[in-house]
Amino acid sequence: MGLGSDMYRQQILDHYKNPRNYGELEDPDIEHVGENPMCGDTIKVFVELADDEETIEHVSFIGDGCAISQASASMLSGELRGESLSAVREMDRDDIVDMLGVDLSPMRIKCAVLAEKVAQDGIAIHQGEDVEVTKTE
Amino acid sequence: MSQQAQPLDVERLREDFPILDREFDGTRLVYLDNAATSQTPEPVIEAIADYYREYNANVHRGIHQLSQEASVAYEEAHDRVAEFIGADGREEIIFTKNTTESMNLVAYAWGLNELGPGDEVVLTEMEHHASLVTWQQIAKRTGADCKYIPITDEGRLDMDAARELITDDTEMVSAVHVSNTLGCINPVGELADVAHDHDAYMFVDAAQSVPNRPVDVEDLDADFLAFSGHKMCGPTGIGVLYGKRHVLEAMEPYLYGGEMIRKVTFEDSTWNELPWKFEAGTPLISQGIALAAACDYLDDLGMENVERHEAELAEYAHDRLTEHGDVEVYGPPGDDRGGLVAFNLDGVHAHDLSSILNDSAVAIRAGDHCTQPLHDVLGATASARASFYLYNTHKEVDRLVEAIDDARQLFA
Repeated sequence: MGLGSDMYRQQILDHYKNPRNYGELEDPDIEHVGENPMCGDTIKVFVELADDEETIEHVSFIGDGCAISQASASMLSGELRGESLSAVREMDRDDIVDMLGVDLSPMRIKCAVLAEKVAQDGIAIHQGEDVEVTKTE
Repeated sequence: MSQQAQPLDVERLREDFPILDREFDGTRLVYLDNAATSQTPEPVIEAIADYYREYNANVHRGIHQLSQEASVAYEEAHDRVAEFIGADGREEIIFTKNTTESMNLVAYAWGLNELGPGDEVVLTEMEHHASLVTWQQIAKRTGADCKYIPITDEGRLDMDAARELITDDTEMVSAVHVSNTLGCINPVGELADVAHDHDAYMFVDAAQSVPNRPVDVEDLDADFLAFSGHKMCGPTGIGVLYGKRHVLEAMEPYLYGGEMIRKVTFEDSTWNELPWKFEAGTPLISQGIALAAACDYLDDLGMENVERHEAELAEYAHDRLTEHGDVEVYGPPGDDRGGLVAFNLDGVHAHDLSSILNDSAVAIRAGDHCTQPLHDVLGATASARASFYLYNTHKEVDRLVEAIDDARQLFA
């Protein structure tokens, strides 16, 4: 093995190979797609809300791309369930870095935060805001 | 000049490149990103330092001794580059920022003035964005059309299609000499003949050929040819546009300002002689002088020898990479390519692969290599690319292959 392949700990590889909550929701309240043109990663996030219109009841995603982007989406999908929309909008990149638990080079951070950005922009659109194209560059 | 190729004394010449001794966490760097930029040998670094220590001055406008020394060195750098590619003289060598600027110079100075509706620019599917985007946008502005010569299933230029696509409506054929993704060597001399049969100009993107093999502009009969200094042991910030003298003479300037003029009044201006007509403002003095030193360095090694060394490494890499049957290498077979190999390991994104290789101090490129439309044709969003230069070794290819084994195990 090389110098440790820190970025690719077992947990990340596991989420990449066996993504959780993968697939489309049938009748989502929120549905949004974004890309990281650098890697060619794409992530589409689906969210179903509880009756209070604020609590996330179900989350799923589909996507294509590098291990970091797809594992991050898989792990995030588990974290978002039960969260409030306002809490998700307050998340930042440190939350993702903490969730992944690995050191990421600046170039790869863009892969890691794609799912978070897609979810946040999707919520923003749901709440009536204008969002141009979702990209992490 | 047909010289017998001699093996390079790689062990000795590596001493000229101190950066190759760098270690990351105790592991020696393996630098295989040479198609992006090459490393710089001591004589070139010295040429830059000498200029700044000994004769730094602006050129062509001082009567004092320093300015004279700088002017002579800067002008002679054009002569040296002309000699390196078989051009007639300094009049045919314009120093630019890089290959991209060389393309844009011709596209703006010639294309905007000469192209119009009904005219065609013929490119290849494997063009670098430097050429593809430039001609695509100039065509949009002028109403001209761009056509693309396709690649064959084996990843070569389809010359039969080229002969169909190049017609009397064609005004410019712009083709990459060695593809930075497929590694194939395109018959640009043959393309130039076809272009000239239809009274079109031939522009050769030589960014991946001039640094790596003997190139003679007269043999190719190219009207324009462009390359960058930083891929051929030179510094960043300098590129070259070669143009046939009579073609350059007929062209309008690209940038206006000081240095490029002969006589200026409030009403009008006249232009300086070639090549200065196209070098407005204070030029790339230290970079130009250093590029001449890079030409000296490469000619001392012999470009035939550099070419053979790289071809051997590329063939060895091609063979080793395909040992397991789970690596797709793009472009023609191993014994017929320039010194680079673009590939994908099944099930591992190129960026993941590059990150894992980085853990073993192996530096490669991962991405679209500025050939997005070609990647669309290949059906890949990205690829990994190992590119070799005169200082790389078979052992370094082995280090690449071992690091890929790590990735294979991790993702298994």
